[in-house]
Amino acid sequence: MNPFDFLTQTLRIAIPYLFAASGGVIAERAGIISLSLEGYMLTGAFSATLGTFYSGSPWIGLLCGILGGLVFGLIHALATIRYRADQVVVGIAINLLAIGVTRFFLQLAFESSSNSPRIEGFGASAAARGFDNPLLWMGLLSAPVLAFFLYKTRYGLRVRAVGEHPDAAASVGISVARIRYLSVALSGMLAALGGVFLALDQHQFTDQMTAGRGFIAVAAVIFGRWDPVRAALACLLFAAAETLQIQLQGTEVIASQFVSMIPYVLTIIALAGVVGRAVPPAALGKTGE
Amino acid sequence: MTSQLREKFEEALFPPVVALLIALVCGDLLIMSYGQSPAAVYRMLLEGTWGNAYGFGQVLYKATALTFTGLAVSIGIRAGLFNVGAESQLAAGGFLAAMMGLALSPGVPGVLAVPLCMLAAAAGGGVVGAIPGVLKVKFGAHEVIVTIMLNFVVLALLNWGIANHLNVPETLHTTEIDAGAIPRLEAFIGAFHGSAANLSLLVAIVTAILAWFFLFRSRRGFELRAVGLQPDAAEYGGVSVGGVWFRALTLSGAIAGLGGINYVLGYKHYYEEGFAGGAGYLGIAVALVGRNHPLGVVLAALFFATLSQGGLAIHALVPKQMAEVLQGVVILAVAMSVPEVRRALRQSRRPVAA
Amino acid sequence: MTTPAPASTERGAYAIRMQGIDKSFGPVRANREATLEVVTGEIHALVGENGAGKSTLMRILGGLQKPDAGTLEVNGRDVTGWTTSDAIAAGIGVVHQHFMLVSTLTVAENIVLGEEPVSGGRFDEARANSEVEALSKETGLKVSADRRIADLSVGEAQRVEILKTLFRGARILVLDEPTAVLSPPEVRELWTVLRRLREGGGTIVLITHRLDEVIDISDTITVMRAGETVARLRTSETTPAQIAKAMVGRDVALTSRDEISALGASMPGGAGSTEFKASSDMSSALNVTELVVLGSRGTHEVDGVTLSIRPGEILGIAGVEGNGQTELIEALAGLRPCASGSIRLDGHDVTYKSVAERRSAGLSHIPEDRHRRGLILDYSIADNLVLGLQEAFSTRGMLNGANISSNAKRQIEAFDIRPPSAVLPARALSGGNQQKVVVAREMGREFSVLLASQPTRGVDVGAIEFIHSRLREARAAGKAVLLVSAELNEVLALSDRVAVMYRGRFAAVLPVAEATEDVLGEYMIGMKTDEAVA
Repeated sequence: MNPFDFLTQTLRIAIPYLFAASGGVIAERAGIISLSLEGYMLTGAFSATLGTFYSGSPWIGLLCGILGGLVFGLIHALATIRYRADQVVVGIAINLLAIGVTRFFLQLAFESSSNSPRIEGFGASAAARGFDNPLLWMGLLSAPVLAFFLYKTRYGLRVRAVGEHPDAAASVGISVARIRYLSVALSGMLAALGGVFLALDQHQFTDQMTAGRGFIAVAAVIFGRWDPVRAALACLLFAAAETLQIQLQGTEVIASQFVSMIPYVLTIIALAGVVGRAVPPAALGKTGE
Repeated sequence: MTSQLREKFEEALFPPVVALLIALVCGDLLIMSYGQSPAAVYRMLLEGTWGNAYGFGQVLYKATALTFTGLAVSIGIRAGLFNVGAESQLAAGGFLAAMMGLALSPGVPGVLAVPLCMLAAAAGGGVVGAIPGVLKVKFGAHEVIVTIMLNFVVLALLNWGIANHLNVPETLHTTEIDAGAIPRLEAFIGAFHGSAANLSLLVAIVTAILAWFFLFRSRRGFELRAVGLQPDAAEYGGVSVGGVWFRALTLSGAIAGLGGINYVLGYKHYYEEGFAGGAGYLGIAVALVGRNHPLGVVLAALFFATLSQGGLAIHALVPKQMAEVLQGVVILAVAMSVPEVRRALRQSRRPVAA
Repeated sequence: MTTPAPASTERGAYAIRMQGIDKSFGPVRANREATLEVVTGEIHALVGENGAGKSTLMRILGGLQKPDAGTLEVNGRDVTGWTTSDAIAAGIGVVHQHFMLVSTLTVAENIVLGEEPVSGGRFDEARANSEVEALSKETGLKVSADRRIADLSVGEAQRVEILKTLFRGARILVLDEPTAVLSPPEVRELWTVLRRLREGGGTIVLITHRLDEVIDISDTITVMRAGETVARLRTSETTPAQIAKAMVGRDVALTSRDEISALGASMPGGAGSTEFKASSDMSSALNVTELVVLGSRGTHEVDGVTLSIRPGEILGIAGVEGNGQTELIEALAGLRPCASGSIRLDGHDVTYKSVAERRSAGLSHIPEDRHRRGLILDYSIADNLVLGLQEAFSTRGMLNGANISSNAKRQIEAFDIRPPSAVLPARALSGGNQQKVVVAREMGREFSVLLASQPTRGVDVGAIEFIHSRLREARAAGKAVLLVSAELNEVLALSDRVAVMYRGRFAAVLPVAEATEDVLGEYMIGMKTDEAVA
């Protein structure tokens, strides 16, 4: 396999991670634990499929996907911010809810329990090898754009302040709840784009098609120490490992299961602080009583 | 005094009741979106679960696994810890139970083989639970993330073992165990014919009772709850907070692991990739709705098992996936109403005049 | 209440005027008809013990809380019930005790947060830095704009906090316990800054419970106690003793010192019969040598304390709070590691023993904070009565329910806990009865040494009397008691010897007969120190 093929395949695997990890970074930097990326992605994939199927346009699908992620993000925000529900529980509930809702409406809309009919996608030209897909470029840009947002804008400064020391932010008149609502909503939309990419790339929705990618993104967020660019690099690293594993399939060099463990093992090591402790935003998860 | 006890019950019972009502409303909307009558669907749901022996047997079978994982999560929460790893602990328990069942010769009598397999199951889950325990106590690594990540690692490890070494060709399961099988209920009550319910159910009930004794009657349980409520006061009371964390996560893992016997020893008699099937994650819901009390956990396990089996029963009218939506709604609604109810009750509560 | 006429009787001269402020949190009344009048251009000290209601009053001033009753005027304008942003806009700046700084952000980012300069959609970092540098130069508060808060010393962080309020145009500055975390040179620097701000026409409210500071820096003093304003004094016309008296004195039917002496004469080991000389190691129940305990920032919170207490003796520790008393008690109880020195209990070295081991060796401990440490609020009274003794109340790992309830029955009766119910959660009791549960548990069992930290804080008069008589009975029964209290009266009424703690050391150790409020006052505020051994 030539290096270029390796690169394109790595990118294709990485794009959903890149979107979802960016979503994870923005929510967690504002202090809201983001275990619901998987659910946002799945909702995004399904909404995009619906939108594309009925309109025939992947652009409409893309908008629908974002909308789906937004709705789930707002549910998450409402539960954790307004009702102060446990953030871990809510994250897991959102994931279960997303599986249930997509399955239910898959049945309702397409009378199938496994997959949707074929839909249009971006990047029809085989010669372009996926590089004519606007979502690929959006995914690649998501981390740098988010980094600019977080580190160079007023909004980003406030997000960082709210996630570290909400009382300090509140004491200078910043509305902590508003910043968090915005961040979680943005998180839902960004992660949903990861699902949109998957559905449009595979030209259909299949049941549970995100297959744990949301949790790889969570791992990337932690391994990237809550920094958009480092998280993106973690995504690329994980995707490269996966590509390698696909290439090695059947060669008996290393079992695929061991390669698939890499993101999680690295994250546990990072959390235990063996090489440079991963320190989360100080107020992460603390909206309860 | 009676009013104090009443408030305790109110605080425990209001959130699930509120959640149930919200779920009912959501269910109505979903059913109507499918053009069906809610009354008919709910009737069908009840008939298909508690209304006939097979359906009831399936409810019992599903409730068995959920009781184990629900108890596991509850023990953690009672100590102030969130074990999200029940899924892989359950799988690891099932795996080791199968390994033990395969290792024993067919001649070993059940009275010996079954306890040995159960021990193996608990050990499997316990080891997986001990890892986040050590990492938390020694390095301060947050148990939520570690247990989530460990789910993937452990499941991948087990999958590798099955796919490459232990499987029956063309399948993803082991051969049938030689010893340690637990009989199904149909062996005693003919009406349960065909249902997977088995005597693991009794083990689950005994575990729930033991968990109650442990939490509310033992010294270790007293200390565990103290750490969960007020770690500073527990430390003042001579309790080693780190020790409790480690033991709680290990015990939690062991209970989840023990749940593996339901499928492996009681139903299929082999380990199969993916048998846990979300029962670990649903254990969080069971603990939450059951308010972390063993009795509540058993009831909540029955509730979620009914919902899950009921989904299949109503499939002729509405997609079975409706049950999954409602599961999510119930968890969200309980999670949202717990702090609200507590706040409301605390606000109305005044110290008793001396 | 003594209210000398303010410098000017003209209404407009008041920067702050709070009158009849009432504020309750659930059953707790934090402020009761509290009054605060601060004249423009003065440094006004607001003093009082922990829980006197100072912080609540300041939270109301800063718009973080709304009063249940009363009025708030700032610069002559009625602003009762305003919001945080209103207060900031009106020039009120609050420097909180726990810094409101985001440690991962830079100095400049923290200072401009909420009012960030923006150019073309971007946060203008360069401008933020230059504005902060300019302000720093102008006010003489030296900071480097681009350093991260996490890398600053406490003193520097505090300067950032002050700059943060000045950046928002604060003319009325409220500082909540600003010196609690500062070293002496940093304190002197802060005073310079505050005086300069006053010269520039600024008004400063300083919350503190350190009397030396009050004397040092303030023009006027308001004293609060139990949510009420009890005195308003001119600093130039008062003495530390007067302030201390206003702070701690209260109309409680405390046994007077004469009565105790009379009692002591008839009691073994009582105050009247005690000879005051350092007891030898052999006969002492608690023996502490050169104990050093570090704080979270590596500071020496307890800095070489040596003491010994004989059976049948109460050693009282007086001192302004925050001088290492908490750390001393926690280290003795095993809740904090000792950096150096040793602790012997009945002759056995327990320096490195666990809490549980010390307990079973005969150490009892009434902790200063019953809500955090002393009780598990959701546990029943019966269960709280065995907290820390759970091992003794278990057989083969199972709690012995019968023993626990008979223990509860006995203790509830002996200590008059009301309502007399074993199953009620501790949360449901009044403060006095909660404390009785703690006292019953710690004193209703076999023990040889008792650490009693603030044993009557926040409890009613009846409970105070009750707890005091229990402490005396313990002494009579030959127990060694280490008493820490912010109530000077309490220390004087109960102790055989009194040690004064100041900045982590014993500034003096006196027999109670020689310990008058005036003498102790001088040691408490650091005007005198003997480097004593108790």
